[in-house]
Amino acid sequence: MTAAPSWQPSALEVERRRYRRSRAVRSAAVSGASTVLVVGVVLTLLVTSPGWPRVRETFLSWDKAVAAFPAVVEGLWLNIRVMLVCGVLIALLGLTLAVMRTVRGPVAFPLRLFATVYVDLFRGLPLLLVIFVLGFGAPALRLSGLPSSALFWGACALVLSYSAYVAEVFRAGIESVHPSQRAAARSLGLSYGQTMRHVVLPQAVRRVVPPLMNDLVSLQKDSGLIAVLGVIDAIRAAQIETATDFNFTPYVVAGALFVCLTIPMARLTDHVARKQGFHGAGGVL
Amino acid sequence: MSGAGDPVLVLEEVRKSFGATEVLRGVDLTVHEGQVVVLIGASGSGKSTLLRCVDLLEVVDDGRIRLDGEDVTDPRVDADAVRARMGVVFQAYNLFPHLSVLDNVTLAPVRVHGVAAGDAKERAMAMLERVGLPEKASARPDDLSGGQQQRVAIARALVNQPRLMLLDEVTSALDPELVGEVLDLLRELKDEGMTMVLNTHEMGFARQVADTVCFLHGGVVHEQGPPGQVLGDPRQERTRQFLSRVHA
Repeated sequence: MTAAPSWQPSALEVERRRYRRSRAVRSAAVSGASTVLVVGVVLTLLVTSPGWPRVRETFLSWDKAVAAFPAVVEGLWLNIRVMLVCGVLIALLGLTLAVMRTVRGPVAFPLRLFATVYVDLFRGLPLLLVIFVLGFGAPALRLSGLPSSALFWGACALVLSYSAYVAEVFRAGIESVHPSQRAAARSLGLSYGQTMRHVVLPQAVRRVVPPLMNDLVSLQKDSGLIAVLGVIDAIRAAQIETATDFNFTPYVVAGALFVCLTIPMARLTDHVARKQGFHGAGGVL
Repeated sequence: MSGAGDPVLVLEEVRKSFGATEVLRGVDLTVHEGQVVVLIGASGSGKSTLLRCVDLLEVVDDGRIRLDGEDVTDPRVDADAVRARMGVVFQAYNLFPHLSVLDNVTLAPVRVHGVAAGDAKERAMAMLERVGLPEKASARPDDLSGGQQQRVAIARALVNQPRLMLLDEVTSALDPELVGEVLDLLRELKDEGMTMVLNTHEMGFARQVADTVCFLHGGVVHEQGPPGQVLGDPRQERTRQFLSRVHA
Protein backbone atom coordinates (compact mmCIF):
# COMPACT_ATOMS: atom_id res chain seq x y z
CA MET A 1 0.00 0.00 0.00
CA THR A 2 1.30 3.40 -0.84
CA ALA A 3 0.42 5.82 1.90
CA ALA A 4 1.27 9.17 0.40
CA PRO A 5 2.69 11.57 2.96
CA SER A 6 0.16 14.26 2.08
CA TRP A 7 -2.72 12.59 3.94
CA GLN A 8 -3.44 10.37 6.90
CA PRO A 9 -5.51 7.22 6.31
CA SER A 10 -8.97 7.45 7.83
CA ALA A 11 -10.09 5.14 10.63
CA LEU A 12 -12.08 3.20 8.03
CA GLU A 13 -9.03 2.60 5.86
CA VAL A 14 -6.90 1.68 8.87
CA GLU A 15 -9.49 -0.90 9.88
CA ARG A 16 -9.62 -2.28 6.32
CA ARG A 17 -5.86 -2.61 6.21
CA ARG A 18 -5.86 -4.39 9.55
CA TYR A 19 -8.51 -6.79 8.27
CA ARG A 20 -6.58 -7.46 5.02
CA ARG A 21 -3.40 -8.07 7.00
CA SER A 22 -5.14 -10.50 9.34
CA ARG A 23 -6.58 -12.33 6.32
CA ALA A 24 -3.13 -12.56 4.75
CA VAL A 25 -1.66 -13.95 7.95
CA ARG A 26 -4.48 -16.47 8.21
CA SER A 27 -4.06 -17.60 4.58
CA ALA A 28 -0.33 -18.04 5.09
CA ALA A 29 -0.92 -20.03 8.27
CA VAL A 30 -3.50 -22.29 6.60
CA SER A 31 -1.31 -22.98 3.58
CA GLY A 32 1.74 -23.55 5.75
CA ALA A 33 -0.08 -25.96 8.04
CA SER A 34 -1.64 -27.90 5.17
CA THR A 35 1.73 -28.24 3.44
CA VAL A 36 3.38 -29.58 6.60
CA LEU A 37 0.46 -31.97 7.11
CA VAL A 38 0.53 -33.41 3.57
CA VAL A 39 4.32 -33.77 3.51
CA GLY A 40 4.18 -35.34 6.98
CA VAL A 41 1.55 -37.90 5.96
CA VAL A 42 3.42 -38.88 2.81
CA LEU A 43 6.73 -39.24 4.67
CA THR A 44 5.11 -41.25 7.45
CA LEU A 45 3.50 -43.60 4.93
CA LEU A 46 6.83 -44.03 3.20
CA VAL A 47 8.92 -44.62 6.30
CA THR A 48 6.45 -47.00 7.96
CA SER A 49 5.96 -49.17 4.86
CA PRO A 50 7.15 -52.74 5.39
CA GLY A 51 9.83 -52.63 2.70
CA TRP A 52 11.22 -49.23 3.65
CA PRO A 53 14.54 -50.41 5.26
CA ARG A 54 15.36 -52.40 2.13
CA VAL A 55 14.42 -49.56 -0.22
CA ARG A 56 16.44 -47.09 1.80
CA GLU A 57 19.48 -49.32 1.64
CA THR A 58 19.12 -49.85 -2.15
CA PHE A 59 18.26 -46.31 -3.26
CA LEU A 60 19.47 -43.98 -0.52
CA SER A 61 22.75 -45.40 0.68
CA TRP A 62 24.96 -42.53 1.77
CA ASP A 63 28.24 -44.43 1.36
CA LYS A 64 27.30 -45.56 -2.12
CA ALA A 65 26.28 -42.01 -3.05
CA VAL A 66 29.63 -40.64 -1.94
CA ALA A 67 31.47 -43.37 -3.81
CA ALA A 68 29.50 -42.88 -7.05
CA PHE A 69 29.49 -39.07 -6.93
CA PRO A 70 32.75 -38.31 -8.81
CA ALA A 71 31.91 -40.62 -11.72
CA VAL A 72 28.35 -39.28 -12.02
CA VAL A 73 29.53 -35.68 -11.90
CA GLU A 74 32.06 -36.39 -14.62
CA GLY A 75 29.25 -37.84 -16.73
CA LEU A 76 27.09 -34.84 -15.95
CA TRP A 77 29.80 -32.50 -17.22
CA LEU A 78 29.42 -34.22 -20.60
CA ASN A 79 25.64 -33.64 -20.46
CA ILE A 80 26.22 -29.98 -19.73
CA ARG A 81 28.71 -29.51 -22.56
CA VAL A 82 26.48 -31.29 -25.06
CA MET A 83 23.50 -29.24 -23.89
CA LEU A 84 25.31 -25.92 -24.21
CA VAL A 85 26.80 -26.54 -27.65
CA CYS A 86 23.68 -28.21 -29.05
CA GLY A 87 21.44 -25.57 -27.45
CA VAL A 88 23.10 -22.78 -29.42
CA LEU A 89 23.09 -24.73 -32.69
CA ILE A 90 19.46 -25.78 -32.20
CA ALA A 91 18.39 -22.21 -31.56
CA LEU A 92 20.11 -21.03 -34.75
CA LEU A 93 18.84 -23.86 -36.95
CA GLY A 94 15.36 -23.74 -35.42
CA LEU A 95 15.07 -20.00 -35.95
CA THR A 96 16.30 -20.31 -39.53
CA LEU A 97 13.73 -23.02 -40.25
CA ALA A 98 10.96 -20.98 -38.67
CA VAL A 99 11.83 -17.91 -40.72
CA MET A 100 12.00 -20.05 -43.86
CA ARG A 101 8.57 -21.47 -43.13
CA THR A 102 7.01 -18.07 -42.68
CA VAL A 103 8.48 -16.32 -45.73
CA ARG A 104 5.68 -15.29 -48.05
CA GLY A 105 5.38 -15.18 -51.81
CA PRO A 106 5.67 -17.83 -54.54
CA VAL A 107 9.44 -17.26 -54.96
CA ALA A 108 10.04 -18.65 -51.50
CA PHE A 109 8.06 -21.82 -52.14
CA PRO A 110 11.13 -24.11 -52.17
CA LEU A 111 12.23 -22.67 -48.83
CA ARG A 112 8.83 -23.24 -47.29
CA LEU A 113 8.67 -26.73 -48.76
CA PHE A 114 12.10 -27.64 -47.42
CA ALA A 115 11.36 -26.30 -43.94
CA THR A 116 7.97 -28.03 -43.83
CA VAL A 117 9.31 -31.40 -44.97
CA TYR A 118 12.23 -31.09 -42.58
CA VAL A 119 9.99 -30.40 -39.61
CA ASP A 120 7.54 -33.13 -40.56
CA LEU A 121 10.35 -35.65 -40.93
CA PHE A 122 12.39 -34.91 -37.83
CA ARG A 123 9.43 -34.40 -35.56
CA GLY A 124 8.10 -37.74 -36.67
CA LEU A 125 11.34 -39.70 -36.28
CA PRO A 126 12.09 -41.00 -32.77
CA LEU A 127 15.22 -39.30 -31.45
CA LEU A 128 16.82 -42.63 -30.55
CA LEU A 129 16.45 -43.79 -34.15
CA VAL A 130 18.17 -40.66 -35.48
CA ILE A 131 20.99 -41.19 -33.00
CA PHE A 132 21.44 -44.80 -34.11
CA VAL A 133 21.35 -43.99 -37.81
CA LEU A 134 23.78 -41.09 -37.58
CA GLY A 135 25.97 -42.54 -34.86
CA PHE A 136 26.53 -45.90 -36.52
CA GLY A 137 25.71 -45.05 -40.14
CA ALA A 138 27.62 -41.83 -40.79
CA PRO A 139 31.04 -43.02 -39.60
CA ALA A 140 30.53 -46.19 -41.64
CA LEU A 141 30.48 -44.08 -44.80
CA ARG A 142 34.20 -43.45 -44.19
CA LEU A 143 34.03 -40.02 -45.73
CA SER A 144 37.37 -38.34 -45.32
CA GLY A 145 37.39 -35.13 -43.34
CA LEU A 146 34.37 -36.00 -41.24
CA PRO A 147 34.98 -36.94 -37.64
CA SER A 148 33.97 -40.43 -36.65
CA SER A 149 33.51 -39.76 -32.94
CA ALA A 150 30.29 -41.01 -31.41
CA LEU A 151 29.98 -37.78 -29.47
CA PHE A 152 30.02 -35.68 -32.66
CA TRP A 153 27.38 -37.69 -34.47
CA GLY A 154 25.24 -38.07 -31.39
CA ALA A 155 25.24 -34.31 -30.97
CA CYS A 156 24.37 -33.92 -34.66
CA ALA A 157 21.35 -36.15 -34.16
CA LEU A 158 20.23 -34.06 -31.19
CA VAL A 159 20.57 -30.85 -33.17
CA LEU A 160 18.67 -32.19 -36.18
CA SER A 161 15.84 -33.58 -34.11
CA TYR A 162 15.42 -30.74 -31.63
CA SER A 163 15.61 -28.06 -34.32
CA ALA A 164 12.36 -29.36 -35.73
CA TYR A 165 10.56 -28.86 -32.41
CA VAL A 166 12.18 -25.53 -31.71
CA ALA A 167 11.37 -24.29 -35.23
CA GLU A 168 7.69 -24.83 -34.53
CA VAL A 169 7.94 -22.96 -31.23
CA PHE A 170 9.58 -20.02 -33.01
CA ARG A 171 7.00 -20.16 -35.79
CA ALA A 172 4.17 -19.96 -33.27
CA GLY A 173 5.87 -16.91 -31.79
CA ILE A 174 6.34 -15.26 -35.18
CA GLU A 175 2.73 -15.82 -36.12
CA SER A 176 1.51 -14.47 -32.78
CA VAL A 177 2.89 -11.01 -33.58
CA HIS A 178 -0.04 -8.99 -34.80
CA PRO A 179 -0.05 -8.16 -38.54
CA SER A 180 -0.42 -4.49 -37.66
CA GLN A 181 3.17 -4.61 -36.36
CA ARG A 182 4.43 -5.71 -39.79
CA ALA A 183 2.28 -3.08 -41.45
CA ALA A 184 3.71 -0.39 -39.19
CA ALA A 185 7.28 -1.52 -39.87
CA ARG A 186 6.79 -1.78 -43.63
CA SER A 187 5.11 1.62 -43.64
CA LEU A 188 8.33 3.07 -42.23
CA GLY A 189 10.17 1.69 -45.24
CA LEU A 190 11.77 -1.31 -43.51
CA SER A 191 12.34 -4.26 -45.84
CA TYR A 192 10.90 -7.70 -45.16
CA GLY A 193 14.18 -8.79 -43.62
CA GLN A 194 14.53 -5.66 -41.52
CA THR A 195 10.94 -6.03 -40.34
CA MET A 196 11.66 -9.58 -39.25
CA ARG A 197 14.96 -8.69 -37.63
CA HIS A 198 13.98 -5.51 -35.78
CA VAL A 199 10.26 -5.79 -35.16
CA VAL A 200 8.81 -9.30 -35.47
CA LEU A 201 11.53 -11.56 -34.09
CA PRO A 202 12.28 -9.55 -30.93
CA GLN A 203 8.61 -9.75 -29.96
CA ALA A 204 8.25 -13.37 -31.10
CA VAL A 205 11.31 -14.63 -29.24
CA ARG A 206 10.30 -12.88 -26.05
CA ARG A 207 6.92 -14.58 -26.13
CA VAL A 208 8.31 -18.06 -26.65
CA VAL A 209 11.06 -17.95 -24.02
CA PRO A 210 9.09 -20.12 -21.55
CA PRO A 211 8.42 -22.97 -24.03
CA LEU A 212 12.00 -22.71 -25.32
CA MET A 213 13.21 -23.12 -21.77
CA ASN A 214 11.10 -26.25 -21.61
CA ASP A 215 12.90 -27.62 -24.64
CA LEU A 216 16.29 -26.71 -23.18
CA VAL A 217 15.59 -28.62 -19.98
CA SER A 218 14.31 -31.51 -22.05
CA LEU A 219 17.50 -31.39 -24.13
CA GLN A 220 19.61 -31.44 -21.01
CA LYS A 221 18.15 -34.83 -20.15
CA ASP A 222 17.90 -36.19 -23.69
CA SER A 223 21.57 -35.39 -24.16
CA GLY A 224 22.07 -38.59 -22.19
CA LEU A 225 20.56 -40.64 -25.02
CA ILE A 226 23.83 -40.45 -26.92
CA ALA A 227 25.11 -42.87 -24.29
CA VAL A 228 23.73 -45.60 -26.57
CA LEU A 229 26.68 -44.82 -28.85
CA GLY A 230 29.09 -45.65 -26.05
CA VAL A 231 29.69 -42.19 -24.62
CA ILE A 232 29.52 -41.97 -20.83
CA ASP A 233 27.06 -39.39 -19.53
CA ALA A 234 25.66 -39.06 -16.02
CA ILE A 235 23.04 -41.78 -16.35
CA ARG A 236 25.44 -44.17 -18.05
CA ALA A 237 28.01 -43.50 -15.33
CA ALA A 238 25.35 -44.21 -12.71
CA GLN A 239 24.46 -47.43 -14.51
CA ILE A 240 28.09 -48.55 -14.48
CA GLU A 241 28.35 -47.81 -10.76
CA THR A 242 25.12 -49.68 -10.14
CA ALA A 243 26.24 -52.73 -12.07
CA THR A 244 28.91 -53.56 -9.48
CA ASP A 245 26.54 -54.29 -6.58
CA PHE A 246 22.94 -53.65 -7.69
CA ASN A 247 22.62 -50.64 -5.45
CA PHE A 248 20.58 -48.01 -7.29
CA THR A 249 21.73 -45.01 -5.28
CA PRO A 250 23.87 -43.64 -8.16
CA TYR A 251 20.68 -43.13 -10.19
CA VAL A 252 19.21 -41.08 -7.37
CA VAL A 253 22.42 -39.04 -7.27
CA ALA A 254 22.19 -38.42 -11.03
CA GLY A 255 18.50 -37.47 -10.73
CA ALA A 256 19.21 -35.03 -7.90
CA LEU A 257 22.01 -33.42 -9.90
CA PHE A 258 19.76 -32.97 -12.94
CA VAL A 259 17.11 -31.30 -10.80
CA CYS A 260 19.76 -29.05 -9.26
CA LEU A 261 20.75 -27.97 -12.78
CA THR A 262 17.18 -27.30 -13.90
CA ILE A 263 15.95 -25.18 -11.01
CA PRO A 264 18.45 -22.31 -11.36
CA MET A 265 17.78 -22.29 -15.11
CA ALA A 266 14.04 -21.95 -14.55
CA ARG A 267 14.51 -19.12 -12.04
CA LEU A 268 16.87 -17.39 -14.45
CA THR A 269 14.28 -17.48 -17.24
CA ASP A 270 11.59 -16.16 -14.92
CA HIS A 271 13.92 -13.34 -13.96
CA VAL A 272 14.83 -12.48 -17.56
CA ALA A 273 11.20 -12.61 -18.64
CA ARG A 274 10.12 -10.32 -15.81
CA LYS A 275 12.85 -7.85 -16.60
CA GLN A 276 11.60 -7.68 -20.16
CA GLY A 277 8.13 -6.82 -18.95
CA PHE A 278 6.55 -10.17 -19.63
CA HIS A 279 4.28 -11.17 -16.78
CA GLY A 280 3.11 -14.57 -17.88
CA ALA A 281 0.59 -16.59 -16.01
CA GLY A 282 2.06 -15.85 -12.61
CA GLY A 283 2.00 -12.10 -13.02
CA VAL A 284 -0.42 -9.65 -11.54
CA LEU A 285 -3.68 -9.44 -13.47
CA MET B 1 -34.78 14.53 -12.60
CA SER B 2 -31.66 14.89 -10.50
CA GLY B 3 -32.11 13.45 -7.04
CA ALA B 4 -35.45 11.88 -7.97
CA GLY B 5 -34.63 8.26 -7.03
CA ASP B 6 -32.75 6.57 -4.22
CA PRO B 7 -28.98 6.82 -4.33
CA VAL B 8 -27.62 3.82 -6.22
CA LEU B 9 -24.00 4.77 -5.93
CA VAL B 10 -22.32 6.92 -3.30
CA LEU B 11 -18.62 7.76 -3.22
CA GLU B 12 -17.25 9.19 0.01
CA GLU B 13 -13.77 10.72 0.11
CA VAL B 14 -12.36 8.16 -2.33
CA ARG B 15 -8.58 8.21 -2.69
CA LYS B 16 -6.39 6.32 -5.11
CA SER B 17 -2.66 6.65 -5.82
CA PHE B 18 -0.41 4.86 -8.28
CA GLY B 19 3.06 4.94 -6.81
CA ALA B 20 3.75 8.57 -5.97
CA THR B 21 0.97 9.85 -8.23
CA GLU B 22 -2.19 10.73 -6.36
CA VAL B 23 -4.93 10.35 -8.94
CA LEU B 24 -7.98 10.65 -6.70
CA ARG B 25 -7.65 12.86 -3.61
CA GLY B 26 -11.01 12.50 -1.97
CA VAL B 27 -13.81 12.21 -4.50
CA ASP B 28 -17.40 12.63 -3.31
CA LEU B 29 -20.17 11.72 -5.70
CA THR B 30 -23.78 10.57 -5.46
CA VAL B 31 -25.67 8.89 -8.28
CA HIS B 32 -29.42 8.44 -7.94
CA GLU B 33 -31.58 5.82 -9.56
CA GLY B 34 -32.22 6.57 -13.22
CA GLN B 35 -29.66 9.32 -13.22
CA VAL B 36 -26.96 9.78 -15.85
CA VAL B 37 -23.74 11.26 -14.49
CA VAL B 38 -21.12 12.36 -16.98
CA LEU B 39 -17.52 12.78 -15.86
CA ILE B 40 -15.42 15.28 -17.76
CA GLY B 41 -11.88 16.46 -17.25
CA ALA B 42 -8.44 16.51 -18.83
CA SER B 43 -6.55 13.29 -19.62
CA GLY B 44 -5.09 11.93 -16.44
CA SER B 45 -7.67 13.66 -14.27
CA GLY B 46 -8.81 10.28 -12.94
CA LYS B 47 -12.05 9.70 -14.83
CA SER B 48 -11.16 6.15 -15.83
CA THR B 49 -9.56 5.42 -12.46
CA LEU B 50 -12.78 6.49 -10.79
CA LEU B 51 -14.82 4.05 -12.89
CA ARG B 52 -12.28 1.27 -12.29
CA CYS B 53 -12.51 1.88 -8.53
CA VAL B 54 -16.29 1.68 -8.64
CA ASP B 55 -16.10 -1.63 -10.51
CA LEU B 56 -13.58 -2.84 -7.89
CA LEU B 57 -10.96 -3.38 -10.57
CA GLU B 58 -8.80 -1.13 -8.42
CA VAL B 59 -8.65 -1.23 -4.62
CA VAL B 60 -9.20 2.24 -3.20
CA ASP B 61 -6.54 3.61 -0.84
CA ASP B 62 -9.09 5.31 1.35
CA GLY B 63 -12.69 6.36 1.45
CA ARG B 64 -15.83 4.36 0.80
CA ILE B 65 -18.01 3.33 -2.12
CA ARG B 66 -21.60 2.29 -1.50
CA LEU B 67 -23.70 0.42 -4.00
CA ASP B 68 -27.36 0.43 -2.94
CA GLY B 69 -26.18 1.36 0.55
CA GLU B 70 -23.75 -1.55 0.86
CA ASP B 71 -20.09 -0.67 1.44
CA VAL B 72 -18.46 -2.50 -1.48
CA THR B 73 -14.95 -1.34 -0.54
CA ASP B 74 -15.15 -3.49 2.57
CA PRO B 75 -12.64 -6.33 2.04
CA ARG B 76 -15.19 -8.77 3.50
CA VAL B 77 -17.44 -8.18 0.47
CA ASP B 78 -17.32 -10.65 -2.42
CA ALA B 79 -16.00 -8.44 -5.21
CA ASP B 80 -17.18 -10.80 -7.98
CA ALA B 81 -20.74 -10.64 -6.69
CA VAL B 82 -20.56 -6.84 -6.61
CA ARG B 83 -19.22 -6.68 -10.16
CA ALA B 84 -21.99 -8.97 -11.33
CA ARG B 85 -24.43 -6.24 -10.33
CA MET B 86 -22.76 -3.66 -12.53
CA GLY B 87 -22.31 -3.47 -16.28
CA VAL B 88 -19.08 -2.09 -17.70
CA VAL B 89 -18.35 -1.02 -21.26
CA PHE B 90 -14.72 -0.34 -22.14
CA GLN B 91 -13.12 2.03 -24.60
CA ALA B 92 -11.56 -0.81 -26.62
CA TYR B 93 -14.76 -2.98 -26.49
CA ASN B 94 -12.81 -5.91 -24.94
CA LEU B 95 -14.99 -8.52 -26.65
CA PHE B 96 -13.63 -12.05 -26.44
CA PRO B 97 -12.24 -12.73 -29.93
CA HIS B 98 -12.48 -16.52 -29.63
CA LEU B 99 -16.23 -16.47 -29.01
CA SER B 100 -19.08 -15.66 -31.38
CA VAL B 101 -21.11 -12.51 -30.75
CA LEU B 102 -23.87 -14.59 -29.21
CA ASP B 103 -21.47 -16.50 -26.95
CA ASN B 104 -19.93 -13.22 -25.82
CA VAL B 105 -23.36 -12.13 -24.64
CA THR B 106 -24.41 -15.46 -23.05
CA LEU B 107 -21.13 -16.11 -21.21
CA ALA B 108 -21.95 -14.25 -18.00
CA PRO B 109 -25.67 -15.20 -17.80
CA VAL B 110 -24.75 -18.89 -18.09
CA ARG B 111 -21.53 -18.98 -16.06
CA VAL B 112 -22.18 -16.29 -13.43
CA HIS B 113 -25.94 -15.93 -13.09
CA GLY B 114 -26.84 -19.57 -13.60
CA VAL B 115 -29.31 -18.95 -16.42
CA ALA B 116 -30.14 -22.08 -18.45
CA ALA B 117 -28.41 -22.10 -21.83
CA GLY B 118 -31.67 -21.90 -23.76
CA ASP B 119 -33.00 -18.96 -21.74
CA ALA B 120 -29.67 -17.19 -21.94
CA LYS B 121 -29.65 -17.55 -25.70
CA GLU B 122 -33.18 -16.15 -25.88
CA ARG B 123 -32.28 -13.21 -23.69
CA ALA B 124 -29.06 -12.61 -25.60
CA MET B 125 -30.92 -12.61 -28.92
CA ALA B 126 -33.44 -10.15 -27.49
CA MET B 127 -30.56 -7.97 -26.38
CA LEU B 128 -28.85 -8.17 -29.76
CA GLU B 129 -32.19 -7.20 -31.28
CA ARG B 130 -32.23 -4.32 -28.84
CA VAL B 131 -28.85 -3.04 -30.06
CA GLY B 132 -29.82 -3.73 -33.66
CA LEU B 133 -27.47 -6.60 -34.46
CA PRO B 134 -29.49 -9.85 -34.40
CA GLU B 135 -28.08 -10.92 -37.77
CA LYS B 136 -24.53 -10.83 -36.39
CA ALA B 137 -25.18 -13.40 -33.65
CA SER B 138 -22.93 -16.07 -35.16
CA ALA B 139 -20.23 -13.67 -36.39
CA ARG B 140 -16.87 -13.27 -34.69
CA PRO B 141 -16.09 -9.87 -33.08
CA ASP B 142 -13.21 -9.33 -35.51
CA ASP B 143 -15.66 -9.37 -38.42
CA LEU B 144 -17.63 -6.41 -37.04
CA SER B 145 -17.03 -2.70 -37.33
CA GLY B 146 -15.97 -0.77 -34.25
CA GLY B 147 -19.44 0.64 -33.73
CA GLN B 148 -21.00 -2.81 -34.03
CA GLN B 149 -18.46 -4.26 -31.61
CA GLN B 150 -19.22 -1.55 -29.11
CA ARG B 151 -22.96 -2.22 -29.44
CA VAL B 152 -22.30 -5.92 -28.77
CA ALA B 153 -20.25 -4.90 -25.72
CA ILE B 154 -23.20 -2.86 -24.50
CA ALA B 155 -25.52 -5.83 -25.09
CA ARG B 156 -23.10 -8.05 -23.17
CA ALA B 157 -23.27 -5.68 -20.20
CA LEU B 158 -27.04 -5.12 -20.43
CA VAL B 159 -28.04 -8.78 -20.61
CA ASN B 160 -27.21 -9.19 -16.92
CA GLN B 161 -29.76 -6.51 -16.03
CA PRO B 162 -27.20 -4.42 -14.17
CA ARG B 163 -28.15 -2.02 -11.42
CA LEU B 164 -25.67 0.46 -12.81
CA MET B 165 -23.82 0.90 -16.09
CA LEU B 166 -20.25 2.24 -16.16
CA LEU B 167 -19.10 3.46 -19.55
CA ASP B 168 -15.46 4.35 -20.03
CA GLU B 169 -14.84 6.52 -23.10
CA VAL B 170 -17.04 4.20 -25.13
CA THR B 171 -16.85 6.26 -28.31
CA SER B 172 -13.19 7.30 -28.19
CA ALA B 173 -11.99 4.42 -30.37
CA LEU B 174 -14.73 4.84 -32.97
CA ASP B 175 -14.75 6.55 -36.35
CA PRO B 176 -16.84 9.71 -36.24
CA GLU B 177 -19.60 8.24 -38.41
CA LEU B 178 -19.86 5.26 -36.06
CA VAL B 179 -20.08 7.36 -32.88
CA GLY B 180 -23.70 8.25 -33.62
CA GLU B 181 -25.05 4.70 -33.51
CA VAL B 182 -23.52 4.10 -30.07
CA LEU B 183 -24.66 7.45 -28.64
CA ASP B 184 -28.21 6.88 -29.96
CA LEU B 185 -28.26 3.56 -28.12
CA LEU B 186 -27.10 5.16 -24.86
CA ARG B 187 -29.73 7.87 -25.22
CA GLU B 188 -32.41 5.16 -25.53
CA LEU B 189 -31.04 3.41 -22.43
CA LYS B 190 -31.32 6.63 -20.49
CA ASP B 191 -34.95 6.99 -21.60
CA GLU B 192 -35.60 3.48 -20.33
CA GLY B 193 -34.38 4.58 -16.90
CA MET B 194 -30.93 2.96 -16.78
CA THR B 195 -28.59 4.46 -14.19
CA MET B 196 -25.28 5.31 -15.83
CA VAL B 197 -21.92 6.82 -15.00
CA LEU B 198 -19.84 7.61 -18.05
CA ASN B 199 -16.88 9.64 -19.06
CA THR B 200 -16.61 11.14 -22.49
CA HIS B 201 -14.95 13.74 -24.66
CA GLU B 202 -18.21 14.34 -26.54
CA MET B 203 -19.39 17.55 -24.87
CA GLY B 204 -22.44 17.74 -27.14
CA PHE B 205 -23.50 14.28 -26.02
CA ALA B 206 -22.80 15.12 -22.38
CA ARG B 207 -25.08 18.12 -22.74
CA GLN B 208 -27.87 15.97 -24.18
CA VAL B 209 -27.91 12.95 -21.86
CA ALA B 210 -26.39 14.10 -18.59
CA ASP B 211 -28.49 14.86 -15.56
CA THR B 212 -25.33 15.87 -13.78
CA VAL B 213 -21.95 16.80 -15.21
CA CYS B 214 -18.91 16.43 -12.95
CA PHE B 215 -15.67 18.18 -13.79
CA LEU B 216 -12.71 16.29 -12.30
CA HIS B 217 -9.64 18.35 -11.56
CA GLY B 218 -6.78 17.94 -9.10
CA GLY B 219 -8.13 14.57 -8.00
CA VAL B 220 -11.48 15.90 -6.78
CA VAL B 221 -14.86 16.82 -8.24
CA HIS B 222 -14.04 20.44 -8.93
CA GLU B 223 -17.48 21.45 -10.12
CA GLN B 224 -20.74 19.60 -10.65
CA GLY B 225 -24.24 20.48 -11.64
CA PRO B 226 -26.76 20.27 -14.47
CA PRO B 227 -25.14 20.26 -17.91
CA GLY B 228 -26.57 23.62 -18.87
CA GLN B 229 -24.81 25.24 -15.99
CA VAL B 230 -21.46 23.35 -15.89
CA LEU B 231 -20.99 23.31 -19.65
CA GLY B 232 -22.77 26.55 -20.46
CA ASP B 233 -21.98 28.83 -17.57
CA PRO B 234 -19.27 27.27 -15.38
CA ARG B 235 -18.67 28.90 -12.03
CA GLN B 236 -15.09 27.75 -11.64
CA GLU B 237 -12.22 29.25 -13.57
CA ARG B 238 -10.60 25.82 -14.14
CA THR B 239 -13.78 24.46 -15.68
CA ARG B 240 -13.94 27.42 -18.01
CA GLN B 241 -10.34 26.91 -19.07
CA PHE B 242 -10.91 23.20 -19.72
CA LEU B 243 -14.04 23.81 -21.77
CA SER B 244 -12.44 26.53 -23.84
CA ARG B 245 -9.62 24.12 -24.72
CA VAL B 246 -12.06 21.34 -25.63
CA HIS B 247 -14.22 23.57 -27.77
CA ALA B 248 -11.31 25.33 -29.43
